[in-house]
Amino acid sequence: MKHLKLLLIVCLILLPLPSLAAEDGYGYPIPGSYEATILGTPAKLMPEFPANMRTRQLELDVIPDREKPPIFFYDQGLRCTFAYQEKKAPLIFLIAGAGSSDRAPKLLTMMKAFYQAGFHVITLPSPSHANFIISASRSRVPGNLTEDAEDLYRAMEVAWNEVKGDIEVSSFHLCGYSLGGTQAAFVAKLDEEKRVFNFQKVLMINPSVSLYGSVTRIEDMLKQIPGGSNKQGIFFNRMLSKFSQFYRYGNFVAINDDFLYSIYTEGLFSHEETGGLIGLTYRINLAGMIFASDVMTNSGYVVPKNRVLSPTDSVFNYFLVSTHLSFIEYFNEYFYPYFQKNRPGLTKQAFVDSLSLKSIEGYLKSSPKFGVMTNENDFILSKDELEYLRQLFGERAKIYPRGGHLGNLEYKDNLAYMVNFFKLQGGTP
Amino acid sequence: MTVTRFNAQITCLALLMALSLAGCATTGRNTPAEVPAMHSISEFRDQNFAEVSDPWERFNRNMYRFNYYFDKFVFLPVVNSYEFVTPTFVQERISGIYNNLAEVKNLTNSLFQLKATESVTTLGRFVTNSTLGLGGMFDPATRFGLERHEEDFGKTLGYWGADSGPYLVLPIFGPSSVRDTGGLVVDTGITYGIYAGIDPFAHTGNSLAISSGISTLEAVDARHQQSFRYYESGYPFEYYMVRFIYHEKREIESVKPLTAD
Repeated sequence: MKHLKLLLIVCLILLPLPSLAAEDGYGYPIPGSYEATILGTPAKLMPEFPANMRTRQLELDVIPDREKPPIFFYDQGLRCTFAYQEKKAPLIFLIAGAGSSDRAPKLLTMMKAFYQAGFHVITLPSPSHANFIISASRSRVPGNLTEDAEDLYRAMEVAWNEVKGDIEVSSFHLCGYSLGGTQAAFVAKLDEEKRVFNFQKVLMINPSVSLYGSVTRIEDMLKQIPGGSNKQGIFFNRMLSKFSQFYRYGNFVAINDDFLYSIYTEGLFSHEETGGLIGLTYRINLAGMIFASDVMTNSGYVVPKNRVLSPTDSVFNYFLVSTHLSFIEYFNEYFYPYFQKNRPGLTKQAFVDSLSLKSIEGYLKSSPKFGVMTNENDFILSKDELEYLRQLFGERAKIYPRGGHLGNLEYKDNLAYMVNFFKLQGGTP
Repeated sequence: MTVTRFNAQITCLALLMALSLAGCATTGRNTPAEVPAMHSISEFRDQNFAEVSDPWERFNRNMYRFNYYFDKFVFLPVVNSYEFVTPTFVQERISGIYNNLAEVKNLTNSLFQLKATESVTTLGRFVTNSTLGLGGMFDPATRFGLERHEEDFGKTLGYWGADSGPYLVLPIFGPSSVRDTGGLVVDTGITYGIYAGIDPFAHTGNSLAISSGISTLEAVDARHQQSFRYYESGYPFEYYMVRFIYHEKREIESVKPLTAD
């Protein structure tokens, strides 16, 4: 699989695109927002990394005595990847984007870039990733930024306790992308009270401003497919047959970079279809979160309440059901009711508002430690939200002209900017 | 290459171990009565997607889990030690040698599919890399523009219209199908036949020991080249994603092209 999820993710393999030096002095070549998101960065526009790194896989017992259902027998604890220097150095915690593991390809690329620049690095899965829900989420219900930040903070403390005997650390930093970027802000705020790490610098990459807003925008991309999001199966099968017909007509050697590149240059999928595929990939991701959370809480949302699934039981129907549920449904039927039960006065609007950077904007504005990187055409932000980030962070906001959502994250200029962000001022205290 | 002998041994061993694992039935516990879920499959009127014929899913999931444990306790520790003691340069040369030997399988199957250009290319690769590339340690052929064409007997069967049959997870070898399992047996047989005909180590008097060593190293190298790790994604539906991608990739790559070659 090599980090499989769908055929689409196969598309995330990096392509040998010709480098088109653009007039604006920014060399990332893919202009379309959706296309950039799917294709990512062409391999030759990524920096070179050392072949060998000192790394270790951590499996952390964040919540002792956590009971794990048999179907998650393989989950032995929260998985983090730890890359370490042999000398004293600053340590960066990296938080993955929505639904991603500690070994998501983009996260590993960032880890390599920071490692090469002399940092220790610990990567963490997203709180919306099944592994985190099973092993590190106290509520087992992900999505509440404040609670997720508490869970993340505890996980970081456990990770730090695990490794602190082996390395020397001069200072701590924090970084995350996508949902992980937004979460980084909330973790940093919590750190101001707890003071375990005293993060020197915090970088948010392609963060969402309002979680609910961003997710709605992605859901809308799926609504554009014929028949709407409830016909995603038909849409998927149609796209798949287009994909295989294209292969049959062309003279391709295998499903490899060249083939995927020509899908892009030949414009096999229309703009709407590409958007639909992104929406579908997101739904497939979300399905993992919904299923894992439902099994862990025994709520009877997609799996019958009290059913104990064995490791060999078929769960295909749960896959189909979960992928057909939107975030909005999850929010209204599962997520919001869960939190409302504990806080009866909580209105839906107040809850939605709390899931936004705006809820902590006073802190973000006042603290010089923050920086943000994003793109003009990142579709998880509205025009107003992009402007909001510009206003809020001023000089500390780096906004690239293109790259879609995370498409340019592995581009060499972007990685160099990230490294510099932590190197300047932020190094040894 | 004496894949056969070695593979037959490990396959038997693996099957035995896997079946004994599979036999451990879960005992029923007194659990509270089930309550239907809020959402069920009946409410959606849509085509299924990412679906693959898998009538033996329970067996396959067992095998999938077995492979995870086999990797964890046997295969990967060996591969990790190999990577630890062998310099990267040497690892790459070893992979090159085995990949070059596999060109024989690519060639026979290109021929079986009557793909003239591809057969010539593959033959050219094998000759170039065996000589200039020092037995495959280096790959000058790719630099000369001779692209590698992966072929096997499973693909040959697919090319001539054989259906993939149900999905099958093999012990140690991993995702496959009924057709591809048959293909694997045929390819292994052909390779073994060629080997037996040449018998390059006959004069040493230690033919068996040497060929076992070569086969073991081949298995280690194959796992070293394959970055897939069972359950690593942590995604609860990983089994279905692997199944779908394996099946679809094979379907797409084995089918006859619609234009003249």
